[in-house]
Amino acid sequence: MEILMAFVIGILFMSATYLMLSKSLLRIIIGTGLLSHGAHLLLLTMGGLKRGAPPLLGEHAETYTDPIPQALILTAIVISFGVTAFFLVLAYRAYQELGTDNMERLRGTERHE
Amino acid sequence: MNNLIIMPILIPLISGVLLIFFSKNIQIQRWGAALSSFITMIVSVMLVQQVKTEGIQTMDVSNWEAPFGITLVSDMLSAMLVLTTSIIAFTCIIYSFRSIGEDRERFYYYPVVLFLIVGVNGAFTTGDIFNLFVFFEVLLMASYVLIVHGGTKIQLRESIKYILVNVISSALFVITVGFLYSVVGTLNMAHISERINAANQSGILTVIAILFLIVFGLKGAIFPLYFWLPGSYYAPPSAITALFGALLTKVGVYSIMRTYTLFFNHDAGYTHQILSVLAILTIIFGVIGAIAFWDVNKIIIYNIIVAVGIILFGVSVMTPTTLAGSIFYLMHDMIIKAALFFLAGVMIAITGTSNLRGFSGLIKRYPGLGWSFFLASLALAGIPPLSGFAGKLLIVQGGFEGERFWGAAIVLMSSLLMLFSVMKVFIHGFWGNPRTFEGEDKVPVGALMVAPFVLVGLSVLYGIGTEVLMPYIIKAAETLSDPSIYIEAVLKE
Repeated sequence: MEILMAFVIGILFMSATYLMLSKSLLRIIIGTGLLSHGAHLLLLTMGGLKRGAPPLLGEHAETYTDPIPQALILTAIVISFGVTAFFLVLAYRAYQELGTDNMERLRGTERHE
Repeated sequence: MNNLIIMPILIPLISGVLLIFFSKNIQIQRWGAALSSFITMIVSVMLVQQVKTEGIQTMDVSNWEAPFGITLVSDMLSAMLVLTTSIIAFTCIIYSFRSIGEDRERFYYYPVVLFLIVGVNGAFTTGDIFNLFVFFEVLLMASYVLIVHGGTKIQLRESIKYILVNVISSALFVITVGFLYSVVGTLNMAHISERINAANQSGILTVIAILFLIVFGLKGAIFPLYFWLPGSYYAPPSAITALFGALLTKVGVYSIMRTYTLFFNHDAGYTHQILSVLAILTIIFGVIGAIAFWDVNKIIIYNIIVAVGIILFGVSVMTPTTLAGSIFYLMHDMIIKAALFFLAGVMIAITGTSNLRGFSGLIKRYPGLGWSFFLASLALAGIPPLSGFAGKLLIVQGGFEGERFWGAAIVLMSSLLMLFSVMKVFIHGFWGNPRTFEGEDKVPVGALMVAPFVLVGLSVLYGIGTEVLMPYIIKAAETLSDPSIYIEAVLKE
């Protein structure tokens, strides 16, 4: 199971890298979304995918799944959610002000600061 | 158990939250922020004294015992860095009164600065690797807001790049923590260190060490990963750049110091060799940038990169002498970079440009500014009575003792070029015939000069008072060179 997940995460990272190297700002932001999906799945996988009850003591099970990675992922999800929201609004604002979403044209040179 | 540790995090957090409610009242904003950062400063002095007398202070949050809960750890290094951070935050807030402009002040400027301080102080104090990530995000989120605050075109353009780079490095941080967790099964730094020592010599740990170097190198601007820094730091106003230049990269440097002394001792021949090479390349590329530009801000920005390289070279040699030198240099550099950015900000306020070819002869009208810039330049280069000397001396001495002759020689050479780069500012900007500035009248800069005067004075005292500081530095270096002190203090075996 972990092997399969590793491949899926690898594909996510691959497409994230590809998207983030493109010119359009929106594609870059989609890339960051995929990157954080990959990172969160990786945390889950690295914590181990052994079978067990969900981490609720009411379940009275023999074994439970590891609760720590789930807490870490939850934290990382809300953080990346906040950052992505900020990034999207920034992209919107930059589009309004600068009139382009092409990263090639967002270069700064000494002449037009 | 000691609640004083959490105060430098808690005070700015609570006062920042309170200040949100009074966002339109500028007087409350200003004095509230100044008061809270002043109290933070007092508390951090007390914390340093406490660590000095009683050894490493730890605090298990909510009384969960060490490996299971989050532990805050204040050893001498983090206590002193928290103190330096608080001093810089205080001066930055004072400087912002006159420089940042009322429009920005009305839109939550001071609360965000305080949240940045929360993140920095937290990152210096935490003893948990995932909590370190969270504090990184706190300070990064505040820095995203600050870098774009005001919304000018250059700020919008550069903040997109800054945020993108930091989103990637944060994802990489999560990935690395995931790998580390799967190997050692714990998140508490002392416990990780113990388990890594027990698991001796596994190749995956070396891979994780390099991944951490990439993550923190992106935050701290080391050689192949510094590309984002010059553009991003050029965009915001000088009060914000000073805060960034003094604090943000140094958090990355601190994290490298922490992880490379506490965790990754098992294959030091390989990991520290890489760190050493990268540090030297950082120095070289930094000085090339510093001497290439004719722009005051760009020159100081590239000097940040040089300083990061010098500190990390000291860390990579890993003898008690160089570690002491690195700590010395780290604190000096935080103070002097903030001072230089403040002074550059005053120069830009007077002349209306940061291009050196645009003005000259400032010293005729502004002697205070001129001589304090001169002092700051000498301190940056490490001329003996001033603050940059002792740290660099110890790094070079340790480098020769550890037979890293090339590295030590490059550190020495870099001082020369750093001096050249800032003296270029002094010679072209301050000497010569006074040229016309925007508005012929003398610009009133009296109030703006308070913050740089404080910091330059502090750097002079820091240089003269080396003897007084030495016991503190030695104590900090001791903990770094012997991780067992840290582990015992946290896990209390």
